[in-house]
Amino acid sequence: MGTELRRITEGNHGVARLTPAPDNGGTFLGMPKFQKAVKTELELNVQRKNMRNATTTIRNKRALRVSESPDWEEVREAATEIKNRVSRHLDYYLEQAEKSLTAHGVHVHWARDGQEANQIVADIAKAKGVDEVVKIKSITTQETDLNEYLEEQGIAAWETDLAELIVQLGHDRPSHIVVPAIHRNRAEVREIFLREMKNYGRPAPEDVSENPPELANAARLHLREKFLRAKMAVSGANFVLADTGSLVIVESEGNGRMCLTLPDTLVSMVGIEKILPSFDDLEVFLKLLPRSATGERMNPYNSVWSGVTDGDGPQEQHVIFMDNGRTDVLADAVGREVLRCIRCASCINTCPVYERAGGHAYGSVYPGPIGISLTPQLRGVEDPVDRAMPYACSLCGACNEVCPVKIPFTDIILHLRHRVAQAEKADRFGADKEGTVERNLMKTAGWVLGDAKHFEKVQIATRGAGKVLKRPLGPIPVPIAERWLKYRDVEVPPTDTFRTWWKKNRQEGE
Amino acid sequence: MSAQQTEMSARDTAARAEIFARIRRGTADITDKNPETDTPINWTYGGGIEMEDVVGTFVQKVIDYSATVVRVKSADVAQAVVEGLKATGARMNTAVPAGLDADWIYAIRAAGLEARVDDPQLSKETLNETEAVVTAAACGVADTGTIVLTHVADQGRRALTLVPDRHVCVVLASQVVSDVPEAVQIVKPAVQEGHPLTWISGGSATSDIELSRVDGVHGPRTLYVIVVDDA
Amino acid sequence: MTTIPAAASSTATLDKPGGGMTVGLFITCINDVMFPQTGEAVVKILERLGCTVEFPRAQTCCGQMTTNSGYFEESIPAVKQYVKAFSGYDYVVAPSGSCTGAVREQHPMLARETGDTGFIREVDEVSQHLYDLPEFLIDILGVEDVGAYFPHRVTYHPSCHGRRFLKLGDKPARLLSHVKGMTLVPLPMEEQCCGFGGTFCIKNSDMSAAMAADKARHIRETDAEYVIAGDNSCLMNIGGVLSRQNSGVKAIHLAEILANTEED
Repeated sequence: MGTELRRITEGNHGVARLTPAPDNGGTFLGMPKFQKAVKTELELNVQRKNMRNATTTIRNKRALRVSESPDWEEVREAATEIKNRVSRHLDYYLEQAEKSLTAHGVHVHWARDGQEANQIVADIAKAKGVDEVVKIKSITTQETDLNEYLEEQGIAAWETDLAELIVQLGHDRPSHIVVPAIHRNRAEVREIFLREMKNYGRPAPEDVSENPPELANAARLHLREKFLRAKMAVSGANFVLADTGSLVIVESEGNGRMCLTLPDTLVSMVGIEKILPSFDDLEVFLKLLPRSATGERMNPYNSVWSGVTDGDGPQEQHVIFMDNGRTDVLADAVGREVLRCIRCASCINTCPVYERAGGHAYGSVYPGPIGISLTPQLRGVEDPVDRAMPYACSLCGACNEVCPVKIPFTDIILHLRHRVAQAEKADRFGADKEGTVERNLMKTAGWVLGDAKHFEKVQIATRGAGKVLKRPLGPIPVPIAERWLKYRDVEVPPTDTFRTWWKKNRQEGE
Repeated sequence: MSAQQTEMSARDTAARAEIFARIRRGTADITDKNPETDTPINWTYGGGIEMEDVVGTFVQKVIDYSATVVRVKSADVAQAVVEGLKATGARMNTAVPAGLDADWIYAIRAAGLEARVDDPQLSKETLNETEAVVTAAACGVADTGTIVLTHVADQGRRALTLVPDRHVCVVLASQVVSDVPEAVQIVKPAVQEGHPLTWISGGSATSDIELSRVDGVHGPRTLYVIVVDDA
Repeated sequence: MTTIPAAASSTATLDKPGGGMTVGLFITCINDVMFPQTGEAVVKILERLGCTVEFPRAQTCCGQMTTNSGYFEESIPAVKQYVKAFSGYDYVVAPSGSCTGAVREQHPMLARETGDTGFIREVDEVSQHLYDLPEFLIDILGVEDVGAYFPHRVTYHPSCHGRRFLKLGDKPARLLSHVKGMTLVPLPMEEQCCGFGGTFCIKNSDMSAAMAADKARHIRETDAEYVIAGDNSCLMNIGGVLSRQNSGVKAIHLAEILANTEED
């Protein structure tokens, strides 16, 4: 039945490819840093409206489901402790997981970085002689850019999660870690399905409307032939249970179950921090994750499997434990707290900056508070994109409140800003003009604020400005204030400071 | 194949050693090497939630996922299975696990539907052309409206409850617990024996388009639950 | 830190709950230079409630501008200066949730960067005696009704640092509920940040402006004459946008509302 694998040039920048080419090569390399990228994103009115509606919906759903949960704070605390235990004793639990998995017939692999992890997947595919794989949504494989690597190796990777399908067929990049197509509305999804499905498999029904159930049905039909045909699947994992050697996938649509059940070979690429010590710990995380992620009491499907089961599911299984910067995170006693993250995205959904910027402006598959706390730790703070990330935050602290594993985001973000400032100071070359201006300003600030006499001298200067101007400042080109005045008026400083008032009216106080 | 395997394992050995060395370097500040004393966990495992009517809550929460729930006496289960199949729109056939209650299979056949027993295993193409599946369950969770399958003989392998579009599932009232932790303890022995688990909360669904929940994508789009009260 | 609500002093009375109490005023740099009237309002309220207010002239700033930019070393002088100005005070009050949060949370963290154990101990002690105005009035003095009068339609924006880091909760609302003549209208999406964020508004000026514009829109939806907040930095941001829009809505600090009486 159905269609066959073929190479398509249409929409792929003139290159004949098995899968749709993401625009901009699909990677975040060479993109502008957040401050610049966000200008473009802010002007996308449709996207901003989509994002506002979607994040408002999910925030309210989450709040409702959390309010139903009588022991929410206790569960959060337990989850925090469990994940801390794993991070602090990661070698112990990884060894245990490896042993349990191997005992259940799983081939365990180790990858120092994304490139190594991708190679392992491709080598397995080649050994099995397959030219396509079906994929469960996995941000870990996006972190390593697995799909593009496989395409280069002549292997088609089909995304089967609905949102990932929308992103893949839309030549797009994910903008959210739970709902990667959050920036798209139903009309855009319909257009993408009609235009692209026919090139890569079963076409969308010609009369498909923008009604979400019809769009979901189009995805069902399009992917069914791929599920039935696929010999190999690639997944991530939400959790790895060290004592029973079980992997856990939490999902909604059943595409995960298809991938975990129908193919002969299953490869799971897992970050080394995804371990939980014991099967019992599942109770804590299954109480937390669905309510935090999609605002449901429980998501439709959870799959738990412990290696190979006779007569049920893939008879060849591989688990790749990947580092890719995670041990650098672990080595930072402040930063390591982000390794507790269970990728629920509640911080992202509540972030006012993310809501307006969308996920693409950050320059990482991990956007929002978790993205800016994790990415510069995984990749380091050498690149301007990574250096800009910790500053894409107004420090409002909304993320701290919702995180199910109590990651102190704003503390970590400050800590990373310090790392960036240190790195910029150490850079003798390559600092841009803004960086130099900022460094001098900060040095001056230290001098001003460290002594009341210095402070008062500066005040005399501002008071002078107040005497001269005596009117609200409108949009005038004052160099340092230009960015402020572009959007806002500002009252001129009053002619008297509080200090002066105090001296005149209270005559005391030293 | 074998050359590739050897090469892969040499690479794995080197990568593994380096990752463990990095981890040990990165956690050198942690002096207590006993996880349990170093990081205590203040949580009582396996606890439940106080609720007046556990089974009633379960029924309501399953209905909240827009699934259908009926409550019957044990003597009426076979009849309820047939009615469930018809109510979900199965007209011709259904898949059944080999260990399903023989009375139910008998009733299905008596009602004129073909009962396709998964022994020998039905091909995935056959499953794709089968209208429904009927199974028992391992456990129900009231707080979340979840059914847990351990895929033992009366529940069948995982593909069976996945590929057909309608799932008629029989849950005994005595299998329903208040909250997730109790369920985890109930299914734990099956996991220790190597069985996989599937937790089902309503039919297949997605929230991927504008975050509004749409029922029905790849898994069974219709879930029909029969709760057996006196068992 | 545990606090003893109300009548911490033996000379306190019902209408002068601060009687016999000496309070250091941490004005904060932005209020000192840009919003002296807010400082004057705090002095007026505290003195009305019987407190003796002192203004240590050695004070400068909480150091947030440098700290939040990642320049921790450059912030240490501000921390030292704060300790110099306020050590020995049992009660220090600031009209700012943000600067209060910075002193109580960031100063101990910054002190640790120095590795100087004596200094760390000193900062741990001194920093914890600072209160944002609503905390001091409710938790220390035990008053909600400060005798204020403000016959206007207003809305209140709960600034992020007060709301989330100090966990002010309903304290500002409780104080405002006793202001005579005032109509307090709920602000839609009040929990969202106004986009100020210190240097954020310069570093990410376009994003900051988008956030401020949404905040201004929600404020205008309330038809309030005034928007109140506990931080002049946020108010400068919100008020600047409201002024650019010629909205007629004025931004005003909570202290100025609470200081205003029928006699004024």
